[in-house]
Amino acid sequence: MQFNRDELLGAYRRMKTIRAFEERLHDEIKTGEIAGFTHLYAGQEAVAVGICDQLTVDDKIVSTHRGHGHCIAKGCDVKGMMKEIYGKAGGLCKGRGGSMHIADLEVGMLGANGIVGGGAPQAVGAAIAARLQGKGRVGIAFSGDGACNQGTTFEAMNLAVVTKVPAIFVFENNHYSEHTGDAYAVGTSNDIASRAEGFGMKAWRANGCDYFDTYSTFAQLLEYVRAGNGPAAIELDTERFYGHFEGDPQRYRGKGELDRLREERDCLKAFRARVTEAVLLSADELDAIDSEVEALIDEAVAEARADDLPDPAGVADDVYVEYY
Amino acid sequence: MAVMNIREAIVSTLHAEMERDEDIIVLGEDVVGGNGTAGGPEAIGGIWGTSPGLWEKFGPERVIDTPISESAIIGAAAGAALSGKRPVAELMFADFVGVSLDQIWNQMAKFRYMFGGKTKCPAVVRLVYGAGMQTAAQHSQSVYAMLTSMPGLKVVLPTTPADAKGLLTEALRGDDPVMFFEHKTLYGVKGEVPDGDFRQRFGEARVVREGGDVTVVACGRMVSFSEKAADKLGADGIGMDLLDLRTTSPLDEDAILESVEQTGRLVVVDESPPRCSLAADIAAMVSERAFTSLKAPPAMVTAPHSPIPFARNLERAWVPSPQKIEDAVRRVLAFR
Ligand SMILES: Cc1ncc(C[n+]2csc(CCOP(=O)(O)OP(=O)(O)O)c2C)c(N)n1
Ligand SMILES: [Mg+2]
Repeated sequence: MQFNRDELLGAYRRMKTIRAFEERLHDEIKTGEIAGFTHLYAGQEAVAVGICDQLTVDDKIVSTHRGHGHCIAKGCDVKGMMKEIYGKAGGLCKGRGGSMHIADLEVGMLGANGIVGGGAPQAVGAAIAARLQGKGRVGIAFSGDGACNQGTTFEAMNLAVVTKVPAIFVFENNHYSEHTGDAYAVGTSNDIASRAEGFGMKAWRANGCDYFDTYSTFAQLLEYVRAGNGPAAIELDTERFYGHFEGDPQRYRGKGELDRLREERDCLKAFRARVTEAVLLSADELDAIDSEVEALIDEAVAEARADDLPDPAGVADDVYVEYY
Repeated sequence: MAVMNIREAIVSTLHAEMERDEDIIVLGEDVVGGNGTAGGPEAIGGIWGTSPGLWEKFGPERVIDTPISESAIIGAAAGAALSGKRPVAELMFADFVGVSLDQIWNQMAKFRYMFGGKTKCPAVVRLVYGAGMQTAAQHSQSVYAMLTSMPGLKVVLPTTPADAKGLLTEALRGDDPVMFFEHKTLYGVKGEVPDGDFRQRFGEARVVREGGDVTVVACGRMVSFSEKAADKLGADGIGMDLLDLRTTSPLDEDAILESVEQTGRLVVVDESPPRCSLAADIAAMVSERAFTSLKAPPAMVTAPHSPIPFARNLERAWVPSPQKIEDAVRRVLAFR
C-alpha cells in the first residue's frame, strides 16, 4: 500500500496521541484524582488507528471498556475525553459516564461499554441502519479475546451472517481477559478468527502491533464489506502494555514480559523505524509530533483539573428525552 | 471469636464449607485467575480476593475458572444444582445479572415450583454490588430489589463479618437458590466472628440500635450510614430503632412491624432508585399492616430515579447519605 506524507504524519500523530494520553493517565491516576476503573489502551494503538483511519464519520463503531484508543482514533475530542475521565462538567458525557462510558455520536463513536460483550449486537444494528442508508457504510464492533466468549458476541455474529449486513467484528486479541490467558479461555486453540469463520463469515488475521499490516489487511476486509458481501471479521494479534485496569498487580505476567513487549511489540517504535528507514519521514518530523502531542496532553490535563465539577442538582437529568 | 473482615470471613467460610461438603463447587471469572498465563493458576484468586487458595486445595474440578460468559456461569450452576451439587457462582459485579438474568429468573428461581416441588436448586450466586467507588453506571448497581421481587430466590446482604459467615453457611446448607450480595465498599469491615459451626437464620433482622423514637430499616451499606445518622440524632436526644434486614427475601416483617408499633414512625433507607424499590415495598407493607400505629407517613430515603453517575460529586449526590437519613428522621418526627 502507498501512503502519502500527510497520511503517515497523521497516523503517527493519532497513535502517539493515544499512547501519550494513556501514559499520562497511568501517572495521573497515582495522584488519586481519578477514581473508578481505567483500562489503558497503550500497546494496541495500531489497531484502533489502522482501522479508524479508513472510516468516515458515517461509519459507526462500538467500543469496549478499553475504549480510549477507539475514541481518539475515531475523532473524539481529546480534551473532552480527559475532562470526562476526571469527572468534570465539560467532559464529553458531562462527567456522568467516566472512562468506561465515553461516546460521541457526532463522530460515529456509539460508545465505550462497561459490559463485556455488550457492544457486538449494537454494531449489527448500526450495520442494519447503514444498509438502509445505502451508501456503503459499515457498523464495527471492537471486542477483546475475552468478549469473544460472550453469548452476545456469538448471537451478533450469527445475526449479521443471516441478515448479510455490513457488520465488521474486530477482535483485538491482547491475550488476556483480566487475569486469564486466551490460551485457557478461547476454546478454539485461542484462534478467534476461525470462530468467526465457523459462523459463516470471511475472516482475516493481522499483526495488531503493526500499523501497516493492520491497515492493509483491514483495507481488503473493508472493500469486501463495503461491496455488499455481508459481514466479516478480523483478529489482530496485539498486546496491552499496562495492567488490566490501573492498580492491577499483573502477577499473571511472565518474567521480563513487559520489557520484552515494549522492546519487540511496540507499534510506535515499529512505525518510526519503518518510515525513517524508508526515508519517508525524518526523525525530526516525528519528534516534533511527539512534542506537540505531549503539549496537547499537558493542556488537556490542566484544563480537566481546572474544569468545574458537574452540578449535583442535575444528577437525574438526561434520563429521558421527555415526560420527566 | 476471631476478629476478621468481611472478605476474610467469606474466604474462610468457603474453605471450611468446601472441606465439610464435597458437593460444593465454585465457578466464575478469575475465581482462580492466571489460567493460561505465564504466571500460572492462582496468580490472583479473584479480583475481589474472595477465593484465594480454593483452587490449590480443592482442584480444578471443583474450582472452575470460566471464560467471560455470565449466562453460562449461572446456567451451569443451575444445572449442577439440579444434579446434586452445591455450586457457588460468582458474578464479579452484580450488574452482570443483566447478562445472566434468564438463568436466574426463568430457570433457577422457578424449577422447584414448575416441577411440582419435586426438585431443589441449591445454588448460591455471589454478587458484588453497590456504589461508592466511582465505578459508574454499569458497575455500581444494587439489584437486590429486582431479585427480591422474584419468587423462588432468597436474597441475602451481610453487613458484618459474623453475618457474612453465618449467612453464607446458611446459604450453603440450605436447598434454595440464594443471591448473596457483597457490597464492594464493605469488604474491609472488621468484626468478631464466632468460631466453629455458625449459621445465621434467614429472615431475622439484626437489631443494630434500640432508641424508641423512630424505626429505621436498612440493608447493606445503608446500615452504617444510618448508624452515622443515629449518632447525630442521638446527640439531640432522638433515639433510633435501627434494623439491618440481613435478608430481603425472606423479609423479617415481624421485626419491622413490632418496632413501628412502638415508634409509630418509619424511615426506610435503600441504595436504589425509588420506583419498585425495597423502600417502597417495606413502606407499603407497613402502611397496610400497621396503619393505625403510624403517626407519620413512612419516609423513603433512596437514590434518585436515574442511573448511577461517574463523577465523584454526582455519585455522592446519588447515594443516600447519612445527612439525608438524618433529615428524613427529623421530618417524620416533626410530622403532626
Ligand atoms: C459482562 C461482563 N463480565 C465481566 C466483566 C469484567 N471484565 C471487564 S473487562 C474484562 C476482560 C475483558 O477481556 P477482553 O475482552 O479480552 O478485553 P481486554 O480487557 O483485554 O481489552 C472483564 C472480565 C464485565 N465488565 N462485563
Ligand atoms: Mg483481552
